Amino acid sequence: MTILALDWGFIIEKLIMIAIVVFASLGIALYTTFGERKVAAILQDRPGPSRAGPFGLLQPLADGLKLIMKEEIIPNAANKWLFILGPGLAMTASLMSCAVIPWGSAVDVFGRHVELQIADVNIGILYVFAVVSMGVYGIMIGGWASNNKFSLMSALRAASQAISYELAMGLALIALLMTTGTLSLKTIVEQQVQGHWWNIVYQPLGFLIFFITAMAECNRTPFDLPEAENELNFGYHQEYSSMKLGFYLFAEYINMIMSSAIMACMYFGGYDLPFFNEASVAPNIAALIGVGTLLIKIVLFIFLFMWIRWTIPRFRYDQLMGLGWKTLIPLALFNMLLTGAVILAKL
Amino acid sequence: MSTLEILFYALSAFAVISAVMVLISKNPIHSVLWLILVFFAISGHYILLNAQFLAIVNIIVYAGAIMVLFLFVIMLMNVQSDNEPQKKLFTKFIGVLSGGSLLTLLIALVKQTVQLEGKEVMMKEGTIGLIHPLGKALFSDYVVPFEISSVLFLSAMVGAVIIGKK
Repeated sequence: MTILALDWGFIIEKLIMIAIVVFASLGIALYTTFGERKVAAILQDRPGPSRAGPFGLLQPLADGLKLIMKEEIIPNAANKWLFILGPGLAMTASLMSCAVIPWGSAVDVFGRHVELQIADVNIGILYVFAVVSMGVYGIMIGGWASNNKFSLMSALRAASQAISYELAMGLALIALLMTTGTLSLKTIVEQQVQGHWWNIVYQPLGFLIFFITAMAECNRTPFDLPEAENELNFGYHQEYSSMKLGFYLFAEYINMIMSSAIMACMYFGGYDLPFFNEASVAPNIAALIGVGTLLIKIVLFIFLFMWIRWTIPRFRYDQLMGLGWKTLIPLALFNMLLTGAVILAKL
Repeated sequence: MSTLEILFYALSAFAVISAVMVLISKNPIHSVLWLILVFFAISGHYILLNAQFLAIVNIIVYAGAIMVLFLFVIMLMNVQSDNEPQKKLFTKFIGVLSGGSLLTLLIALVKQTVQLEGKEVMMKEGTIGLIHPLGKALFSDYVVPFEISSVLFLSAMVGAVIIGKK
């Protein structure tokens, strides 16, 4: 089957994988909203959503239905095309980062050797970084197109937060890349599977910086100034209603899942189950165990995000900028110098 | 036509159309957004040349960082097409003339520096755009220009901080 000299089996395989990963991310994000409300309820000593279905398990579906059925309002003075483009961009950018995440080792299906990763590009981490920087456009375009000065101000606030913390994130990444010597996420995970220790042992400070910046990039408390509901006049999505608002909120949860997956892959061994020899079981079963391990790591990170959100109050804007520029960037530079010195001393 | 050719022509058409839209958009915000699409098309060309690192850095630096700052400035200044003063015909003419002569100069320069005749484009097989060869070249053959340009960036940063403190 060769039309245009393409391997169509390969394309179909990748399309199926993209569909699985995207729908799985959407499903997990749906239930992350439920998890967030339950965790908040437990931490605040109240029952949380419990009416829809057993233990309130149907609550996310009810929420989604509500968002879709709500009246859609586009302000008269808004720039219509960009107003619609904004949430779409935010959603696309957050879903695109799943392309380079290695979900597990390879499986054999119907005689085909299938890598459980959509694209193993040799610049994987930089790709994630590029996609993250695209996410800023969803916020800025949405805030500007609303034609509301409060939306515009908070869009600028959100964008300056995102680009300030991207710097420290990049510097923390450079230190990790100096130890791994590769940009491919698959290779980084394989090094941890083969080696003795996970990267967190070599880069504890780097991980701490990366975790804080990831929290800021996902607009999670204590960095949730872009969407401060009560005191800062909501956020860049003030004029949005129905599913377009839902897209913005949903994109945040998907960002959270993706950054958890990336942190698990880079610092916590990805699909590596500790104290378990993958070679002792059949390859397909080992791959499935790997996928399960990665999912558990992701869930643990998401829980950590939520735990912090319902424990710590929000930063003031000048504190936020001060932390980013005066604490995290010098710390990340110090970490980079330290890593470089250790690598040089070991040579 | 092979797949590569189809991709090449599609990306080129995409780049040219977006570039024209940058020029003819009345709203400056639209111009910036079209310019971002131009950068994406150029990154696509880099990928066709197997220069994945260049492609992604082009997106991070140009589409991701510089254009965000452009958007910042335009949004804060609130530039609108209707209250912008219209340029005189003479100024427009001079602009076209100087832009055209710059283009001629660049084309002449490219023709002089490398003999392009009889050379083929290395689709999918060149390695200079990958991260290892590029890093080696930057830090061995081109280390002096590289360091000088980084000093230039440092001085620009210091200058920005001083202006900001005033």
